[in-house]
Amino acid sequence: MAEFIQALTHHEFLQNALLASMLASIACGISGTYVVVKRIGYLAGGISHAVLGGVGAAVFFGQEPTWGALLAAAVTALLVGWIHLRARQNEDTLISAVWAVGMAAGILLISQTKGYGVDLMSYLFGNILMVSRRELYFMGVADIGVVALVYVLHRPFLAVTFDEEHARIRGVPVELVYMVLLMMVALTVVLLIQVVGLILVIALLALPAAIASQYAGSLNRIMGLAVVLGWLFSAGGLALSFGPDLPVGATIVMVAGLGYLLSTALSSARRRRS
Amino acid sequence: MSVSNVIEIVDVSYSFGELQVLEHVTLSVQDGEFLGLVGPNGGGKTTLLKLVLGLLRPDQGSVKVLSTTVDEARRRLGYVPQYAGFQRDYPITVEEAVMLGCLGRNGSLFGWSSRDHTAAAQAMRETEIYDLRKRLIGALSGGQLQRVLIARALASEPEILVLDEPTANIDLRMEENVFELLRQLNQRMTIVVVSHDIGFISRYVKRVACLNRTLVCHQTSVLSGDLIKDLYGPVHMIPHEH
Repeated sequence: MAEFIQALTHHEFLQNALLASMLASIACGISGTYVVVKRIGYLAGGISHAVLGGVGAAVFFGQEPTWGALLAAAVTALLVGWIHLRARQNEDTLISAVWAVGMAAGILLISQTKGYGVDLMSYLFGNILMVSRRELYFMGVADIGVVALVYVLHRPFLAVTFDEEHARIRGVPVELVYMVLLMMVALTVVLLIQVVGLILVIALLALPAAIASQYAGSLNRIMGLAVVLGWLFSAGGLALSFGPDLPVGATIVMVAGLGYLLSTALSSARRRRS
Repeated sequence: MSVSNVIEIVDVSYSFGELQVLEHVTLSVQDGEFLGLVGPNGGGKTTLLKLVLGLLRPDQGSVKVLSTTVDEARRRLGYVPQYAGFQRDYPITVEEAVMLGCLGRNGSLFGWSSRDHTAAAQAMRETEIYDLRKRLIGALSGGQLQRVLIARALASEPEILVLDEPTANIDLRMEENVFELLRQLNQRMTIVVVSHDIGFISRYVKRVACLNRTLVCHQTSVLSGDLIKDLYGPVHMIPHEH
């Protein structure tokens, strides 16, 4: 640990990595809370995997991968949202299809890209040690966007995630609000892909908020606690991975998973005693 | 004195795919009425309510509420669903859940007005859940949760209150409490209540409409064995006085 802290003062890439994970944790704690209380982890999973299709298309056409990821995330969010609102019966199947086909499209496009050694692994498992200053700015701006969106729309989000039918009866534009919410989740997914890669996104989106919801009784508190937990897990994972040179994203997810396991055991023991 | 109809359902049919749920149903509800809607499971009661709320569109016929379209009128209705459309473990307090009933007033999507707060507080007092307002909904009993649903509907200060099996998940004593409450509320608003318990609601409502795909309308005083047989098929009747 001391070794990590010493290295942190010397190496800019480590400082950037730590800052990136902190920034990602903010959006992830906020969006993750909605994912957990609305139980749309599967939708978020579908969005995050389909993002690879956009990344593949971007590199194939020689564009910036982040823009491809953002565009794909937005399109998939709309598609998945539309499936949820219109096709209740086979929602699962349709989202599985989006999930897998999006990813397959990405792999095919990347494999066909000539003269450009795209590191597929860095999208699958994250490349936090390579994060650039420009990407940090992007993350900061995205965080501000997420916080502002929730500040303005917290009541429509509450109404729609709490009771969709009631919100519709009261004249809330449920479809619109739901789409905006999914877009926010999609934006968060793109941030998190930098840190842990798209395969592990869902862990960082769901676990901090799931732990927080075991202790906090309101959306605001769950969000706050989830952000702090995200900071702890990602800093902890980064520090642990440094000495033995482990993959950072996977270590962060392991730390979060362990935290979730401990918290669940603790809270069920507490419930049994009371 | 002219009596105005607040709900007018004219020759409405509705089907889910192949399954015809409602067939040529015509029903009017007058201002200030307390109407009980009874019938067997699958008889179309909930479907009829959803048509009145504009959540479903009729295949045929028309539905008018408060002399206008269902979409225009929807916000002036209070709806108490049979099953809470939310997860019991959602992190929300009683007060917040009731406040959501105020949605649909001007600007309420972004901030509550003092009128919203007053209406919600009054609704919670009327339903006797004011003392529970800081509790999480996950910590409530079935009867308390039912009162939250009613309070949420009242917080919108509705002109018509529509309830779907408000007593399905609670015990008999609570059931009487709920109907006493509805009787008081009926002094200032029209009430339509769906129930499968024809004997019980006939003590409270002013008129019963019996629905089993088609509609038979009756005053409470003439509930007879024949009617129940028409509605449910042959049943073993035990006469009982309330």
